[in-house]
Amino acid sequence: MKPYVAILRSRFLTLLQYRAAALAGIGTQLFFGFVRVMIYDGFYRSSSGPHPLTLDQVTTYIWLGQAMLLLAMLDVDKDVAVMIRTGNIAYEMTRPLDLYNLWFARAVSGRAAPLSMRAIPIFVVAGIFLELQKPSSAGAAALFAVSLVGALLLAASLVVLMTISLLWTVSGEGIYRLASPLIFFFSGLVIPLPMFPDWMQQWIAVLPFRALIDTPFRFYLGSFNTTAAVMALLHQYVWIVTLVLLGRLILTRGLRLLAVQGG
Amino acid sequence: MPQIVVENLIKTFRIAARAPGLWGSLTGLLKRDFREVRALDHVSFSISRGELVGYIGPNGAGKSTTVKILSGILVPDSGRVSVIGRTPWVDRIDYVRRIGTVFGQRTQLWWDLPVIESFDLLRDIYAISPDKYRASRDELIEVLELRELLDITVRQLSLGQRMRCDLAAALLHGPELLFLDEPTIGLDAESKLAVRELIRKLNKQRGVTVILTTHDMDDIEALCRRVLVISDGRILSDGTLQDLRASVTRERWLTVDLAEGAPIATVADPDAQLIRQEGRRFCLAFDPQQTSVPELIARIARKYPVHDLFVENPPIESIVAQIYAQRAAPAAHGITASGDSKT
Amino acid sequence: MIFDYIRLYCRYVDISLRGQMQYKTSFLMRSVGHFLVTGTEFLGFVALFNRFGQINGWTLPQMGLFYGMISLCFAISEAAQRGFDIFPNLIKSGDFDRILLRPRSPAFQVLGQEFQLMRVGRFTQALIVLIWSAKRLDIQWTVANLTLLLIAIVGGMCLFSGLFVLQATICFWTTESLEIVNCTTYGGVETAQFPVTIYRPWFRSIFTFVIPLATINYFPIHALLNLRDPLGSTRWVQWISPLAGVAFLLVCLQCWRFGVKHYTSTGS
Repeated sequence: MKPYVAILRSRFLTLLQYRAAALAGIGTQLFFGFVRVMIYDGFYRSSSGPHPLTLDQVTTYIWLGQAMLLLAMLDVDKDVAVMIRTGNIAYEMTRPLDLYNLWFARAVSGRAAPLSMRAIPIFVVAGIFLELQKPSSAGAAALFAVSLVGALLLAASLVVLMTISLLWTVSGEGIYRLASPLIFFFSGLVIPLPMFPDWMQQWIAVLPFRALIDTPFRFYLGSFNTTAAVMALLHQYVWIVTLVLLGRLILTRGLRLLAVQGG
Repeated sequence: MPQIVVENLIKTFRIAARAPGLWGSLTGLLKRDFREVRALDHVSFSISRGELVGYIGPNGAGKSTTVKILSGILVPDSGRVSVIGRTPWVDRIDYVRRIGTVFGQRTQLWWDLPVIESFDLLRDIYAISPDKYRASRDELIEVLELRELLDITVRQLSLGQRMRCDLAAALLHGPELLFLDEPTIGLDAESKLAVRELIRKLNKQRGVTVILTTHDMDDIEALCRRVLVISDGRILSDGTLQDLRASVTRERWLTVDLAEGAPIATVADPDAQLIRQEGRRFCLAFDPQQTSVPELIARIARKYPVHDLFVENPPIESIVAQIYAQRAAPAAHGITASGDSKT
Repeated sequence: MIFDYIRLYCRYVDISLRGQMQYKTSFLMRSVGHFLVTGTEFLGFVALFNRFGQINGWTLPQMGLFYGMISLCFAISEAAQRGFDIFPNLIKSGDFDRILLRPRSPAFQVLGQEFQLMRVGRFTQALIVLIWSAKRLDIQWTVANLTLLLIAIVGGMCLFSGLFVLQATICFWTTESLEIVNCTTYGGVETAQFPVTIYRPWFRSIFTFVIPLATINYFPIHALLNLRDPLGSTRWVQWISPLAGVAFLLVCLQCWRFGVKHYTSTGS
């Protein structure tokens, strides 16, 4: 466990260096959030409802979305991608570390560092100036935090899966370019999931992607009763476990393929 | 009428000095401290048409600043510059039509294209008339031996091949003046010789004036009759290589190989200094005005069981290093041209 | 002379496209991915209109017109202005010095650096939305209307190009992270996807007078749909307003020239 924690820590610290980039990114995101909120304001003024979320709730959802953007804006691990493309991946295989765990640790820290650098300032600014509401209760806040951790792990498992897929597509572009926008869409970052038509709600709920954004946000808003809360957390963790196991399976296959081909 | 005239060139750069760490970055956002660096301090020289001049100096001396000003992409603070009768940075886009440049470390060719297509694209960029282009291109292909390389993608060329193509690319539009920066960097021995030979040919046959900036002293020795040395923004020396050498030291080196089986202690002489010893080989520095070459050889041969010996000049690198050092500490050690000697 | 420049530009584009087509699968994946990114964004709006019916009196097909026009302009600019988008790289690598050493306008050379074909994803998606919306709104594509559309698209292309040039010009002073200027380009597209009347007045003014995005779709569409503009513009204004985009580009190019001057006097 120790070496993975060390890797996690070192990568976190490295990524913290990109402070200037984070600052600029925050400005941009505040702008986007601002525009989106105005758009929803326009919609709400045009129709009396009832709607699955109130305007205040939607506003909060939007700002939380800007803060937590990186949870669902997923991309492959760039360094590993280069390694696979150049063939240096062979060296990784000789290291006395479990490759999946290594990549998972990298994915977690790779998300956590920029995420915290952006989320906290946006949260603070939006909370004070831009109508981001407080959590609906202390319990809601606690569950929000818990599900955020789950979201991070889920995001990591998806990133690792996408990275592993690179072992197959020679040009390295492949599946993840198509998967990324879909993950983004079904997480709730384009439109809050409750706003989708009713006929879609059922199967959106099954997909893992809502657990990245929608689940934590609904906790924050206090939308869940006890049963729903438990189900949501269960949904999140079942998917984490499933995707991790899937990832390990596919990685083993992929590495075997690589070894056969000569690396 | 010299082709290039540089008079009292001054260029100062302001470099932002920022305190390190997080606190430094934050305060840096509010207030910037600037440090002024004088890159060029009253630099003057002139170069005639057809010369092949070396321009050397330690890193940060002002070489690339000078070249940038001469090529029109940097404007000096003050001073007069006239190249081919024009001020380079005035109407730059028209001026650069008359010059060529080669940077050893970055190619100007298009990475993913075959060489000939890069040439064709340059023809369009430089708006060279079709006849002139054909003549120029064919001549350069011949001189630089590029026929087999034309259809190869630049990415796949070796460093030496790429350099030859870059030389051609720089001359396609028939410039009268060529700036070469580190043209032999990274090349293997054979390629270096080939490239040097080609530069010499281009200078002689086409009459192109060449200004060569490089750290490779072999390049300088092989190609340049005239060398300009710049350091800390000032010209330290401007003349032939022999003058350069003489201005630093008259010193010569005698290398002696002792015979096998002979007991080795050391090789010494009152008029010579031992600089280096490797096994049976001893290297002595001496001043030929103090003791002539034949005298020294005779003395050494009488005293020691000599198997072989030879006399040479100190390598140009050490000469140049001494020049660079001179500006920092004018007091000389060892033998200098002025005749003082300290041991 | 102009013809010479056009020919050279076509050559640049040809080279850039050939380079990209060497990686066919990659290009296909990127284009489809880009199509999905913009497409899912629009699907989100469809869902919202499905739920709310309209926004400030504007229906989905009408919004589709706004969306399609601005997105189309942006897609073309995105593709063509790629050189300016990655300009920090040119400065850092020293390639800009090489550009200064060539006897052509530096802006022209940067323009010719790359034509990013993958933006065809957004272009296609925008075109589909535009055509669908026009059909739903029963717009007749008369010569007059097509001319208006053309003027709007040209104006839009100029405007966005100006923004990319401006974005690159900042690099002459600092290569520190410039992500914030995405507010103007990508933020601009987001904003202009909807009629500017839904925004607060001060916000609306910025995007009408400072970065005149409203002139690209808002005013022309009122002419196209034969609507009366609550902001009080006349038909005449609505027809020529996209030219503000052209004026904007010219201003940005002046700033660029100023930037190049700064670069050549201070080095890098």
